[in-house]
Amino acid sequence: MSKLTQEEADLEASLSSAPTEVAEFAEQDGGLIRKAQHVLHQNPALVPLIVLIVSIIIFGAILGSKFFSPFALTLILQQVQIVAILGAAQSLVILTAGIDLSVGAIMVLSSVVMGQFTFRYGIPVELGIVCGLICGTGCGFINGWLVAVMRLPPFIVTLGMWQILLATTFIYSANESIRAQDIEEQAVLLHYFGTKIPFAGVNFTYGALFAVILAFGLAYTLRTTAWGRHVFAVGDDPEAAELSGVNVKKTLISVYMLAGLICAFAGWAVIGRIGAVSPNVGQLGNIESITAVVIGGISLFGGRGSIAGMLFGALIVGVFSLALRLLGADAQWTYLLIGLLIIFAVAIDQWIRKVSV
Amino acid sequence: MQPVLQARNLVKHFGRVTALDGADFDLLPGEILAVIGDNGAGKSVMIKSLTGAIQLESGDISLQGEPIHFHSPIAARLKGIETVYQTLALSPALSIADNMFMGRELRYSGIRGKIFRQLDKPAMEKFAREKLSELGLLTIQNIRQAVETLSGGQRQGIAVARAAAFGSKVIILDEPTAALGVKEGRRVLDLLQDVKARGISIVLISHNMPHVFEVADRIHIHRLGKRLTVINPKDYSMADAVAFMTGAALPPELESGSTS
Repeated sequence: MSKLTQEEADLEASLSSAPTEVAEFAEQDGGLIRKAQHVLHQNPALVPLIVLIVSIIIFGAILGSKFFSPFALTLILQQVQIVAILGAAQSLVILTAGIDLSVGAIMVLSSVVMGQFTFRYGIPVELGIVCGLICGTGCGFINGWLVAVMRLPPFIVTLGMWQILLATTFIYSANESIRAQDIEEQAVLLHYFGTKIPFAGVNFTYGALFAVILAFGLAYTLRTTAWGRHVFAVGDDPEAAELSGVNVKKTLISVYMLAGLICAFAGWAVIGRIGAVSPNVGQLGNIESITAVVIGGISLFGGRGSIAGMLFGALIVGVFSLALRLLGADAQWTYLLIGLLIIFAVAIDQWIRKVSV
Repeated sequence: MQPVLQARNLVKHFGRVTALDGADFDLLPGEILAVIGDNGAGKSVMIKSLTGAIQLESGDISLQGEPIHFHSPIAARLKGIETVYQTLALSPALSIADNMFMGRELRYSGIRGKIFRQLDKPAMEKFAREKLSELGLLTIQNIRQAVETLSGGQRQGIAVARAAAFGSKVIILDEPTAALGVKEGRRVLDLLQDVKARGISIVLISHNMPHVFEVADRIHIHRLGKRLTVINPKDYSMADAVAFMTGAALPPELESGSTS
């Protein structure tokens, strides 16, 4: 042993007489606010849930039974179903620190494919729907491949895809709609998600039910499967995820493909909602889904948030628009309040992040 | 003695920078090999190429005499090579247990695992808690807490615990004590001895000369993208090692051919 090593050993010799307990930090008593910050850090969906409940109570108090009835409350779910389905797709992508501006366009293209394949080529409606779902998944694959393998920024990729798919939709459909009457007569399955569920006095369709089941299914998948953990890890820090053994490319591509498939389901649901197959629907799908995600407390920087939060976010928007309409207010007030909510939600997100510092 | 991990003539460029210039590497069974070298000497690149995190331009690597070529760190892990990276490779927002099992999660057996792909979280948490208390590195109340709420030393402990728990042949540690306090650093060194006693070979990259000289059986000195020499810490002082590493002096076996 060299001399210096000996000195080193002596240097640390005093360690044996040092107290052995590990430094413990006194629980910083920042009071309620700090505790709240910790709770929110662990359950990011709580903020939108509280906002949702509070707004339902306030509007319920103002409007009374006009608003606070099973009919009105299920009507909200009915109205936000498309946004909620698209929001589920958007949540997945945003959790990986990406963004998908093409969700609305994938939805419209898929619904047009479902309708046109069935009516123009005369293939069975079931097969037409499957083709639409494949089309959506395929669009998602292109997005995912460009993001994961070509390493292009998701914003640019999906901005481009949005334009491409929208143009494709109009060219392919020749800007023609398929009338609700024809669908009702020849391909009623396309209206499946618009079918009412017979239930005492409420306004519930399979589409709304699907939105809720989808949200719960995804929440379960993200929380309890390895794939779900990988989605969070990739959004959090892709390099760390790669080094600790996650196949980042595969995970990213699968996320975009699943998002595409969900958008295609939204395309099926939108036929049920409006009755006809039209290339002109869903132009605001991107913005509305991003709004739901942001109000729902999912971080745009990836890796944080929950699908449940997104569902609450979508419902908050629904509650505001219905309640303000019932109050007879100008529709612009809804947008103004939603805008405030978005900024409020992001500010809360930043504040929650500070918990670890 | 046949080396556990052997590399010959590794070459790697980044643009016009030569990171590895025909580097060699030998790791013997059951030893702690320290790798030292100045900043930019190519230590990290060499290690990353051994674990498949970087793809080489040329060179041969063999594990227990068998030629291998890893396309990813996952492939290396499957062969029993674990790495603790300097960046730790932890996902801050995920829990301790999630991080320890990242990329090799445990699923329930039966329908819950096969059809619903459900993770066996209780088993994962139990295993993680055992491993952490085995190391005595942490006093963590909640194994479910997010890694970002831990101190730097605790995070390091988790990364080391992860490698120690799963590495079966080789464990590579890149600056494992750099972010630690005196006591925590000491625990990591003790841990290295424990792991070595289990017959696992260890590669230790470090700038901390006292630590290197204390635990290493041999010291690999890296300079300008290649192996300069391998010394026995009992034969040289820390000052000698630093001189070799910075080019201030040449090791005796090379000196004869040089005029300086």
